[in-house]
Amino acid sequence: MHDASRPRMRQDDGIPAQVTPAGIPAGLWEKCPKCRAMLYVKELARNLRVCDKCQHHFQLSSDERLTLLVDPGCFMEIDAELSAIDPLQFPDYAQKLAAACKKTGMKEAFRYGDAEVVGIPVVFGVADFAFIAGSMSTIVGEKVTRALERGAELGRPVVLVATSGGARMQEGILSLMQMAKTSAAVARLKAAGQFYIVIMTDPTYAGVLASFASLGDIIIAEPGTRIGFASPRMIEQNLKSKMPASTQSAESQLSHGMIDMVVHRRELRSILGKLLEYLTPAENAVISEQ
Amino acid sequence: MISPSRWLPFEKPLQEIEEQIGQLETLTVTHGIDRSDKINELRKRHAILSRQIFTNLSAWDNTQMARHPNRPQTLDYVRLLCEDFIELHGDRRFGDDPAIIAGIARLSGQPVMVIGHQKGRDVKERQLRNFGYARPEGYRKAMRVLELAERRRIPVISFVDTPAAEARVEAEERGISEAIASSMALMSQLRTPIFVTIIGEGGSGGAIGIAVGDYITMLEHAIYSVIPPEGCAAIMETFGRDGGRGSEAATALKLTAADNLRLGTIDEVIPEPLGGAHRNLPETATSIRTTILRVLPTLLSLPPEELVARRYARLRRIGQPT
Repeated sequence: MHDASRPRMRQDDGIPAQVTPAGIPAGLWEKCPKCRAMLYVKELARNLRVCDKCQHHFQLSSDERLTLLVDPGCFMEIDAELSAIDPLQFPDYAQKLAAACKKTGMKEAFRYGDAEVVGIPVVFGVADFAFIAGSMSTIVGEKVTRALERGAELGRPVVLVATSGGARMQEGILSLMQMAKTSAAVARLKAAGQFYIVIMTDPTYAGVLASFASLGDIIIAEPGTRIGFASPRMIEQNLKSKMPASTQSAESQLSHGMIDMVVHRRELRSILGKLLEYLTPAENAVISEQ
Repeated sequence: MISPSRWLPFEKPLQEIEEQIGQLETLTVTHGIDRSDKINELRKRHAILSRQIFTNLSAWDNTQMARHPNRPQTLDYVRLLCEDFIELHGDRRFGDDPAIIAGIARLSGQPVMVIGHQKGRDVKERQLRNFGYARPEGYRKAMRVLELAERRRIPVISFVDTPAAEARVEAEERGISEAIASSMALMSQLRTPIFVTIIGEGGSGGAIGIAVGDYITMLEHAIYSVIPPEGCAAIMETFGRDGGRGSEAATALKLTAADNLRLGTIDEVIPEPLGGAHRNLPETATSIRTTILRVLPTLLSLPPEELVARRYARLRRIGQPT
C-alpha cells in the first residue's frame, strides 16, 4: 500500500523532498521536515521513520503502524470492504474521494480488526492520515464504533491509533454525529468492564480529539505530536488570538494532565505490550510469597 | 417593532410595510386622521409577504435567523417554561463557566434538570458569558448536575445555542476536548431521560457536547452544523477559500432544521411563530412545552436499561451504511 521508498511531498521550505545531492538518483533520500537533514531512505526505515538527527517522528501509514505494533501476521482486518460514502452529495466530494482512493489504495481513513500484541488478543484500530487527512467521516466513525463494540462483545481490550485533521466537512452533521457515536461506544466498552488504550500520532485534532481519542483509559503520544482542539486551519480562519505551537504538543498535553505518557516510537510496542499484560491479569494469577 | 438595525436583509419588504404602518398610526394620533383602511390593507399584505418569505428561507437566511440579535436564549425559555429555577454553579475543579447554565427547575410540576448555553444579551452579559463559547468548566458543570439528575431520576432538558466551544489557549490547557468527549460519553449512558432542543446555533463540537439524548429537536429556524458556513467556505477550495461564500457552504452543509430532520440527526422540528421566535417568545415557549410534555411521559416510563439501550440504538442508526 504505502511505498516507503517514495518520499512524501512535505514542502515546508519550497524545496521538493526529492531534490538530492548531485549524482544520486531521486527516491533514495527524504528530507526531515523539522531539521532539514537529508536522510537515506533505507536507514530512515531502519530507524522506524524517526530522524536520527533530531528525533522527528515521520508520519506512518496504517500498514507501517500495524507492522510496528502488532505481532507479525496477527492482524485480521474486519470490514475492509466498507467504503466512503457521499450522504450530502457535497460539491466536489465524489471526485475528492475517488482521488483519495486512487492515491492511497484505501477505501477510507480508518481500519480495524482482530490482532495480537505480545500474544494478547485485542481489537486493533488504526487511522491513516494519507486518506483526506485522516478526517472522521460517517464510515470512519462507523468503523471506530464497531471496533469498540467488538471489544465489548468479545471481552477484549481495544487499542486505537489516532491521527486526524478533524471531522470530514463534506459529510456535514453526519460527521459531527460520529463524535457522539464513538464516545458512546467507548462508554459502553468501559461499562462492559473492558479497557481502551489510545495512541495519539501526529497530528490529532478537533472532532477526533474531542471524542473517542480523549477517552482512552490510557493515552500515549509520540514525541512532538501535534494535539489540539482547534486545528491550524481553524486557527488561521477563526481565532483572533494566537495559539503557540508549544500549547498544541504532546509534551504540553502531558504537563496539563491530558495524556499519560510521551513515548518514543522505538519503545511503543514494548510499553503497549506491558500495559496490555498488566491490565489483563491471568485467570489463575497468584501472588507468590517470593 | 424591531429596531431598524436588527432587520435581516430578506426582511426588508416587511420592514418597509411596518414603517409605513407606523407612520400612518402616528398620523391618526397626531392629526386625528383615520387611515385604518389603508392600515388594514398593509397588514394583510404584511401577512401574505411574511408567509412567502419565511416559508422559503435559504440555509443562509436560516443561519441569520439562528444568530438574530433578538433571538430568545436559554434563560428566556427557562423563565417561561419553568415555575422555579434554582441555578447551580461550578465544576468543583477549576471554576464556573457562565456560557453554560445549569439548574434545577419545575416544568408543569415535574422536576427537571436544565442545562443550556447562554450567549448573553447586552455587551456586558455577552462578555461575561463569552458569547456562548463554552469552556471546559461549562461541560464539567453540566456533567456534575447530570449525575445528580441520574441519581434522583430527574429528567434532563438541554438547550443548545452556541457558535462553537472556546478553542483558545486557556481552553486547550484545561482540556476542552476531554470535557466535550466525557460529556457525550456520560450523556450516552445516563439513566434518566434527556430531551434536547437546539434553539439557535448548534455550533459543532461545542453543541453536540450537551446534545446527546433520547429526543432531539430543533426550532424551525435553528441551525446544526459540523462547522460554521463561513468557516467552511474559507477553508475549502470548492468555495474558492472565500469566507464570503458562506451562503453556498450553508446550503451544501445541509444545516437547517428541515435538513437535519431528513438526515435523521433530529427527531422533530418545533415550529416558530411566523417571522421567528423573537417575534413571539411566549408562543415559541408554548410550542417547546407542548413537545416536552408529549414526549417526556413515555421516556419516564421506560426502565433505565431500556432507556439507555434505546438511546444508543438511535445514535447507532444515524447515517448507517445500508
